[in-house]
Parts: sequence; structure tokens; C-alpha cells
Amino acid sequence: MKLKVFSYNSKDTPIHKMSGLTKFICFLFLTFAVMFSFDIRAIIGIMFFSLWIFKLSEIKFSQIRLMVIYVAIFLVTNFILSYLFSPEEGVNIYGTRHELFVLFGKYSITLEQFFYQLTKTMKYASVVPLGMIFLLTTNPSEFASALSGIGISYKAAYAVSLTLRYFPDIQRDYNNISMAQQARGLDMSKKAKISHRFKNALLIIIPLILSTLERVNSISNAMDLRGFGKHKKRTWYTGKPFERLDWIAIAVSAAIFLATIALSVFVNHSRFYNPFI
Amino acid sequence: MDKRMPVVSFRDYSFQYHSQAEPTLHDINLDIYAGEKILIVGPSGSGKSTLGHCLNGLIPFAYQGEITGTLEIAGETVANQTIFDRSKRVGTVLQDPDGQFVGLTAGEDIAFSLENDCVAVDEMRERVRDVAAMVDMEDQLRFSPYELSGGQKQRTALAGVMINHVDILLFDEPLANLDPATGKTAIEIIDDIHRDSGKTIIIIEHRLEDVLHRHVDRVLVMNDGRIIADMDADTLLCSTVLVENGIREPLYTTVLKYAGVELTPDMHPGSIDTIALDGCKDKLASWMQQADRTLPMASDHVILSMKELGFSYEAGRKVLSDVNFEIFKGEMISIVGRNGAGKSTMTKLLCGFEKPDEGRICYDGKDIADQTIRERAEYIGLVMQNPNQMISETMIAKEVGLGLKLRGITGEEAEGRIEKALKICGLYPFRDWPISALSFGQKKRVTVASMLVLNPNILVLDEPTAGQDYRHYTEIMKFLVELNQQGVTVVLITHDMHLMLEYTHRAIVLSAGKLLCTAPASQVLTDSDVIEEANLKETSLYQLAKRCGIKDATAFVQCFIDHERWVRQI
Repeated sequence: MKLKVFSYNSKDTPIHKMSGLTKFICFLFLTFAVMFSFDIRAIIGIMFFSLWIFKLSEIKFSQIRLMVIYVAIFLVTNFILSYLFSPEEGVNIYGTRHELFVLFGKYSITLEQFFYQLTKTMKYASVVPLGMIFLLTTNPSEFASALSGIGISYKAAYAVSLTLRYFPDIQRDYNNISMAQQARGLDMSKKAKISHRFKNALLIIIPLILSTLERVNSISNAMDLRGFGKHKKRTWYTGKPFERLDWIAIAVSAAIFLATIALSVFVNHSRFYNPFI
Repeated sequence: MDKRMPVVSFRDYSFQYHSQAEPTLHDINLDIYAGEKILIVGPSGSGKSTLGHCLNGLIPFAYQGEITGTLEIAGETVANQTIFDRSKRVGTVLQDPDGQFVGLTAGEDIAFSLENDCVAVDEMRERVRDVAAMVDMEDQLRFSPYELSGGQKQRTALAGVMINHVDILLFDEPLANLDPATGKTAIEIIDDIHRDSGKTIIIIEHRLEDVLHRHVDRVLVMNDGRIIADMDADTLLCSTVLVENGIREPLYTTVLKYAGVELTPDMHPGSIDTIALDGCKDKLASWMQQADRTLPMASDHVILSMKELGFSYEAGRKVLSDVNFEIFKGEMISIVGRNGAGKSTMTKLLCGFEKPDEGRICYDGKDIADQTIRERAEYIGLVMQNPNQMISETMIAKEVGLGLKLRGITGEEAEGRIEKALKICGLYPFRDWPISALSFGQKKRVTVASMLVLNPNILVLDEPTAGQDYRHYTEIMKFLVELNQQGVTVVLITHDMHLMLEYTHRAIVLSAGKLLCTAPASQVLTDSDVIEEANLKETSLYQLAKRCGIKDATAFVQCFIDHERWVRQI
């Protein structure tokens, strides 16, 4: 059984060709832009931009289906809960009240609230494709090299890559241990009481920790023997040198970021875009 | 470098781990010359791995302790070197191909030490390509460890140390995790590299016969932290050193000794390919006539049967298809086949962790499809390879009794059953000990005992002897034979051809999810089609029979097995 947490697949697209560091920087620029602004025009603009990148990177829907479902559930729940907890938030922010109809009691639907929540949902919805693009087009060790590229210690950055490398192994250990314990009569099903289930989980976790420690020992020996930590710096086999494309990508995302800020500061004079005045 | 100038030189060298009361190495005096190929054998705890750690710098870098005497590598005293200096001279291939695979792809893993040396990316890629070509891995550079076989992972590890242009290559138990045929290839690759590059090669391994498949210059035998013998393989096999120090000698020399042949160094017994057999033929033939041959009694009561079993994890990719076999009550049987042949999937189906897509599993004539894992555990006990993955309590008696506790069996009945299981496994005197104080073999017994308390009729063991030296191997197997004699059916999943040959009457051979055959072990290991298909390795007894012109090689091997069993009984 092949376990793949990271369905990174190498393809020959401009997005895959970019250095991991470039993609990380662009991801940060665009995410900050969306997070900062409550201007739905900017948000929709960035969303279309990210969908275009998505198309460029040739990601198949089957790769992200599960993630899309989770995100959709999250967005719907978030939408409903935001309304229930604070139905007048939009009115407070925009300062006007265009009531459409009363739902029940003090809950009424206003144009302001609807617009506010729509903006908020779009914010989340436009960040998600960016994250997916980054994860699915970046080789995990290139990601580590990207992290060390922005000044994070390479030892910490390598830990990320090691985690990804050994996660499936530990998952397999867990399955093995869990099977062995179930064969001895451990009830892992929902039939067992909560307190028992907690105790039973411990029976799996203790051997898992012990066998993981064994693993860590042999990995750290292997790394020592091959000179890990010798110098202050290291190079990365998967590292890609910066090319013209990388500089263009960074420039474009920086421009989008600055444009969003400028829109808020000079046009809206606030983080919010107010169509009601 | 002058041929007679040692590259490694131990002088009155002793080492004691801080955590140990006694030194692990005593007064080691050893010279290894440039371009030599050395094999270090010895039982567990003999100090051979510690000697390896001293060479590659893990001592004192990772394992602290007290060193006396000197060690010089390439004429330099190593006392002041860091582990990084050392890794430039000595490249180490560790035992576990998974544990040393740190990269996310083969290419990245090979490049690991260059990355740490800040080598520029272009140069790095070129060097990775060159060294990958030397070990035949150039087409797999982009593969993740999950797409590589055990042998390929080991080649990756080898490339990863060769890329540093080290003078000395150290192999720490390279055969431990490989299937027989892959192990044989590994020994051939090591030999090819030795011949082509002239590097100094040091192999630490207790499976003597498998390493001697290719020539080695010297064999060092270690025991109790000392070098007991230092001689060429031919001389060693004629001496009594191996037997005295609990190291298994090659099967072909054992059988020659049974037949009354006196081995001498000029017969070149170092390998089955070099040994001169003039005069042995008649002796072997007459031994074959005389040898005691009482056939083992197999019961004809089928306890477990698989009928047209089929299974796949994902649609379209069958892991098992149309598997049919029967296991008889009281039998000791092995399941063999290369990695990925479906052995562990078979276990999962048997214990109920997975449900078969097709076919039936019957226990005692009844289909067990609707029984839960827990119900099946009442009659099938599963013992995993790594006891640390099974043990979750700190005290022995508690661990053994855990299965009963989980079933709500307490009080006198539980105590009685725990006591009985502990006694069978020879653990009763240790019942109040913490498990951490036990050796690997003893832990294995604990896991067997914790299955036995549930009174299973069938015990399935995954690689029961992996990583064990001959003495512990014999100990574990003797114990399993005793259990078997008490009526427990024992199923062994194994890569170990010796184990299969010596201890199991029949073998079930799987290949690519299909049943290749069920046949007596002697027949499996003399059938070249089955051997090739299942990645097994023919026994040297078969080669011996062929070279001596014995027509019925299978009968010859069977004869040896029966004789061995007979000898063991005394």
C-alpha cells in the first residue's frame, strides 16, 4: 500500500518550474493582501488570478476533491454561525440598514450583513486555491529549502522535510501496533466507553513512542554519519536557482499586494469597501 | 599508499560505554590494509557493532564512553577528529535501509552529504548521476522510498556514502533486512565495487555463508569484546572457532563433516564454488544411505484453509488472487516470498484486519468471515517482528496478562493462565521484572507469552528470528519447536532460508499475490523455477549435491534436514 500524504506530482508547467522560495513569497504576498482587505473587488480580482494560476499548474480536480469538500463544509458552517452570533455586524460596519425581511425575532436579513458575509467568505475561498497550488506544486524538500532561504535555520527547515519523509512510516507503525493490540482484545470501536477508549489509546501510543524513538536514533546516526550540521549553511539538491520567471512572479504578487493596500488607503480610506454610501 | 601501510590500525584499544559496567572491547590490536576486504563475524554482544562504531566515529560522537589505546585511520590518530572528518574517510552503510533513507527521493538521499558540504547544485547533480550509475540506480533517482525495493534502498545508501570518495566502506549487517536473492545480489555488488574501485571494505555480519558467496581476504571472529581469530575463510572453516563461538558454519561444510570428510585449507572450503570435492563424493553417498531418516508425522486434520482467496486495497490492483492452501493441525509451516508478495496481507486477512473480496478462510472447517478480530484472536495469535511494537506495559506479568484483562478475565483464573504462559516461555523467574531489563530475545518471548495466555491453537510469527545471532536464533526456534510439540500449530513468515529448511516441514510460497506452490522445504529450495520466481536462494546443499553428482538433490537435502533434526533431539 502506498501512502501519500502529499500528493505532490512533478509536471512541466511554469508553476512547477519556479523555485519553492518564489512560490512561498508569492503565497505570502497574496495571502496578506486578501487577509488585509475587505474590498470585494480586490478579493474577487485575486480569486480570478489564483484560479488562473490553478489552471496553469494543471492540477486535477481529483487531487483536491477531498480538500474542496472540507473547505466547502467549513465555509457553510462559518457563514451560518457568523450570522447567528452577530446578525447586525454588517450594519455596524457600513453604518446603514437596508432590511430585506425579518427571519424571526431579532434576526433579520439586511443587505449590509449579506454583503459583509459574502466578502468574508470570498476571502477564505480565494486563499484556499493559493494554498493548494503551493502544496501541490512544491516538492516538500524544496519547501524546506525555501524556508531556509527566508532565513529560518536549515536544521529547523529540514525537520519539516523529515516529518514528511517519515510520516507514512510512523503511520504504518501505528497501524501495525493498533492491529496487534486489537488482536489481543483491545476495543477501538465506538462501543467502548470514553474513559476506556482513552486508556486503550494509551496502549497504542506507548509502543508507538518507543518504536518512534528507535527510529529517531537510527535516523540521527545516519545523518551524523553523513555530515549533517557540519557547516552553518548547506545547499539543496532540489533547490532551484532564481530565474527571470521567479523575479516576474514576485514582482507581480508584490504589485497586487501594494495595489490592494493602496486601494484601501487612498480610495476606500478604510479596510472596508462601502457600496452603501 | 603503500600496500603494507595499514589504513586502519587499532593498538591496545579498549572501549567501555558509560552506561555499562564492563568494557565492551578489550585490547583490540588490528591492522587493516588498503584495498583489503574484511569480514567481521561474531554473536550478538560480541562487540562487532561497537568496533564498527569506533571506526565510523559514532563512538565517541553519539555514544560516549571511555577509550584507552589508540586508533589510527590513514596514518592519523583519530582522537581529535570530529565525526565529520571521519565521514570523509569511512563511509557507513547501516543495517536498516529505511532508517538511513533521509531524502524524499533516491537522488536527494544520495546527495545528502554533498548538501551538507555546501556543494553547488550543478556539480551535485552531476556527481549524483555518476555515482548512481555505479550502483545501477540512475533510472530511479526521482523515486520516493515507497517506490523502491529493499535492495534499491540499500544501493541508494551505498551510493550516498560512495559519493564522498571515501577510502573505507563499512557495512553494518547489510543482509539483515533483505530477502535471500536480494542479499545475494548485495554481496555481489559489494564485491564488484571492491574489485573496480580498490576501496577497503569492512563487512560486519553474522550470516557467514551468505557473505562468503564472494571472496573475502580475511575473516575476523569476535567474541566477548576480543578478536578470537583472524584468518582467511579457508582456514577458518577448517577450524573449530565457529562452532566454539556460536557462529553458524555454512551448510555444505556441516554436511561434509557429518559425512566424515576432514576439511583442510588446501581444499579451499571458503565457498561452495571453490571447494575441491575429490574423495568427498563416495563419503557423501554412503552417508546418505546410512543417515537416519524418520519422516515427520503430519496430521491430516486441516485446521486452517484458504479457498480461492482474493483481495485488493484499491480497485483493479489485486494484492492476492485465487490463493488456495491448507494448514494441518500441529504443523510447523513457513510462508515465504519476496517483499510485496502478499505475505503480510495474508496475515491481515487471517486475523480479520481486512476482509477478503473473494473466497473463504476456514478454521476447523468453519468459515470465519463474520468473526471479529477479537474473536479470531481466541485461536490465532499474531506475533509481530518487532516486539517493541507490541509491548505496552512496563512489567512482564502485567504485559502478559493484558489480553486477559481486556477480556474481563481476572482473579485466580487469570493468574493461573499468566503463570502457565510465563512458565512455558521460561519467563516465570522474571515475572516481576520490568520489561526494559530484558534482551531482544526475551522480549520476543514476552510477546509470545502474551499471545499464549489466550490459548491460541495457531501461532503466526512474522520473522521470529530477524536480526538474531545463531545462539539466540537456535534458542527462539527450540522454544517454538517445544510449543509446536505441545500441539500449537506454528506458522512462520520468513526470509530466512535456513529457518525454513530446518524447522518447517512444508513451505507456502507466494509470488506477486499468487500461490506458487506448497511443498516440502527441501523441494522448494532445489527447484530453480520457484527459487527465481519467489526471489529465494538455492541452498548450498543443492549445489554440493550437483557438484558431487548426486542425482536426487531434493532427497539429499531432505536427508540433511532429517539428520539435523535427529542431531538436535539428542
